[in-house]
Amino acid sequence: MKTPIPRASGPLPSLKSMLRLSLAAAALSIGLSGASLAEGSLRIAMTSSDVPLPNGQTDQGAEGMRFMGYQVFEALVAYDLSSADKPVTLIPGLASEWSVDPEDQTKWTFKLREGVTFHDGSAFDANAVVWNFDKILNPDAAQYDEKQSAQGRGRIPTVASYRAVDDMTVEITTSAPDALIPYQIAWIVMSSPAAYEAAGNWDAFLQSPSGTGPFTVSEYVPRERAVLVPFDGYWNEDRKSDLDEVVLMPVPDPSARVAALRSGQVDWIEAPPPDALDSLKAAGFTISSNVYPHVWPWHFSMLDGSPWTDERIRKAANLAIDREGMKVLLGGMMVPAKGMVPETSDWFGNPEFEVTYDPEAAIALMQEAGYGPDNRLKVKAIISPAGSGQMQPMLMNELIQQNLAAIGIDVEFDVRDWNALLANWRAGAKDASTDGAQSTNSSYFSQDPFTSLMRHIDSRLVAPKGTNWGYYSNPEADALIDQIRTTFDTAEQLKAIQALHELYVNDALFLFVAHDVAPRAMAPEVQGFVQAQNWFQDLTPVTIEE
Amino acid sequence: MLGYILKRLLYAVPVTLAVSIICFSLVQLAPGDPLTVVLPADASQEIVDQTRARYGLDKPLPTQYLLWLGNVLQGDLGTSIASGRSVASEIGHAIGYTLSVAVLACLLALVVGLALGLVAGYAMGSPVDKLASATAISGVSVPHYWLGIVLVVFFSVKLGWFPAMGAGRSGQSLGDALSFMILPVLTMAAMPAGIITRSVRALVAEKLGQEFVTALRAKGMTSPQIFAHVVKNAAPTALAVIGVQMGYLMAGSILVETVFAWPGTGLLLNNAILTRDIPLLQGTILVLALIFVALNLIVDILQPLFDPRIQRA
Repeated sequence: MKTPIPRASGPLPSLKSMLRLSLAAAALSIGLSGASLAEGSLRIAMTSSDVPLPNGQTDQGAEGMRFMGYQVFEALVAYDLSSADKPVTLIPGLASEWSVDPEDQTKWTFKLREGVTFHDGSAFDANAVVWNFDKILNPDAAQYDEKQSAQGRGRIPTVASYRAVDDMTVEITTSAPDALIPYQIAWIVMSSPAAYEAAGNWDAFLQSPSGTGPFTVSEYVPRERAVLVPFDGYWNEDRKSDLDEVVLMPVPDPSARVAALRSGQVDWIEAPPPDALDSLKAAGFTISSNVYPHVWPWHFSMLDGSPWTDERIRKAANLAIDREGMKVLLGGMMVPAKGMVPETSDWFGNPEFEVTYDPEAAIALMQEAGYGPDNRLKVKAIISPAGSGQMQPMLMNELIQQNLAAIGIDVEFDVRDWNALLANWRAGAKDASTDGAQSTNSSYFSQDPFTSLMRHIDSRLVAPKGTNWGYYSNPEADALIDQIRTTFDTAEQLKAIQALHELYVNDALFLFVAHDVAPRAMAPEVQGFVQAQNWFQDLTPVTIEE
Repeated sequence: MLGYILKRLLYAVPVTLAVSIICFSLVQLAPGDPLTVVLPADASQEIVDQTRARYGLDKPLPTQYLLWLGNVLQGDLGTSIASGRSVASEIGHAIGYTLSVAVLACLLALVVGLALGLVAGYAMGSPVDKLASATAISGVSVPHYWLGIVLVVFFSVKLGWFPAMGAGRSGQSLGDALSFMILPVLTMAAMPAGIITRSVRALVAEKLGQEFVTALRAKGMTSPQIFAHVVKNAAPTALAVIGVQMGYLMAGSILVETVFAWPGTGLLLNNAILTRDIPLLQGTILVLALIFVALNLIVDILQPLFDPRIQRA
């Protein structure tokens, strides 16, 4: 700033003092910024745009249930999230055991766990369970909450009534025999009736939330953060957390999450972008990943006029995809799909058709179906540029487009905003919004046999009533679905589930592409995390090594 | 003057109305459904339909708009579909954050812009002028979200001086709060600083060439005295430029707030767009449009105080 200034020298002194002032201000804040980093806490940057509501049946999708729903609250039936090596199974949660009445298979009895208290100190009992079912199913109940109802009601479609048999026993009656009730009940978490009464309404409850889970909520600031602290009175000694606190922050922008991790502002980020993985690893961060019940398929339309009604073409497409190549493209962050569920799943069965990369066999099948170099097949596919669970849809679909072109299928993409794709997915392939497309590309959550396998092909659940987008209809599939629903012996039920999955694969009902592996990046200080093969994860074994 | 203010306030009515209609129509034109964030992705159509009716989204569009407008006129901005909180409280929470960085960025832009502009204008054609002009052009041309990312990489990731995102926690000290603001403020100040520099430079150069300066020199005034006159003459125009820039900072910080996950109105607006949260989107844009109108009005009122030649009547 000593450069000579011709013509006038007036402004220089004030400029100098300004500079000094701003330098002083910058120095002040540099000195203080270090103090903002808390110690002994696990700070997590989530992908959601808001903090999941600490009301119980929370929002923000699976991520909301992962970090708020199942940390602060619990259901009668829980998931065993203790191992990374085996598929997740159901285990007793707030109910210590359950059974179905052999005489009347619509009646289920849940024996509740003794000695469980809510965070506010009130006891957990049968009345609390009934109160919580009323919260989402009974519009006349004072505690009925439209928000929680919207989240939970659809998860328990066959629950018709419920009552407290005694203090620690609840009976649930279903509208028809439904062997999948334990899976459904695992969704419904328990909020404290006493805390609700004290708060007076659900909005006030958010400021003093109370469940039975291993963590309590000590601070909740919408759109900014929630702070969870371990619950001293938690019933399960094996799952008491040693952390000082867990801070949950919504950071929807992926590069902001990476920057936050790299600058030490958070210890754990969900879904780091694939192109950041190598540099994160090189900088000493841990990348955790594992297969989980998620599938990234093309869901075919089975309506008249769709080429995908031809099994040979469906099989050809499945044999045309270079899934290993795609895995390289995604930095290793996927498992090649050989069906709707990963091969490691109990439900996979023993299908005869092997989903693999075999372009020659694919071309032969296309020829059999009447297509060749002079008669190429044209298809239109709905895809999205991004979206929850969609992984890297543009990249992956472009590879699919190339792979399919190599066997004589020319793909025209109909790229739609994720939101718009979902709206059409609900409306179904027959809806005008499908606009001539013959497939859609929504990744699927497959936590239980219903969401995983049954709902997509049950002819009684065609859209818009259900989510059978492609209007697939097959009496054999329907019979297997009924069998799964009405077989209460779990070993027998598993056989039916496997048979249904074998049908999926043998008939190549979808274009099976990839299973996500839920990458998350962590600072080296984060220890003890076991990434279960699931959407949900246990935070209680996690510690921060200073 | 009072009549003028009233007239300007009345002008604000059609402006904000037009803004809200355009915004409402644009949201409707965009594909997608606000309910996808409220409901699980696999919710049945029955539950979707019931929820749609509850939010009044099943009504014809003009009815939806008029209902919204009716409520707004009664001071009710409605309820966010995604969060279930009142739009007023959402905006109230966010606007403080946006105001704090916008005001700081504006002050910084003002100081830097005035300083650089005055120096450059005074020393037109000199190396100092070239340096100041180059800085100004960079400020105007560099996309600010890119600048934000670069600042984060350098100051947060490499040097670890400032936090990369967020606004910190409640109850933190002023110093901590400021440390979260520095990078967003620097990013947001770059463009207006450049624009102010260029405007002031041109103004000063123009005033210096005018006869009154020659007359002042002939009177034997010192350089600082002449400078004071030039500044006074340039101030009204500079003020107008600054007012508009402040408006842009309040409303146009969507990208910067997203890059820094700064919980202000820009991030709120971005989330509202992504989730098709129509009431939140409408409410936020309405409030921001009103702020824009108000800032312009304030500038118009202030201008005659600096320059009596400007008559507002």
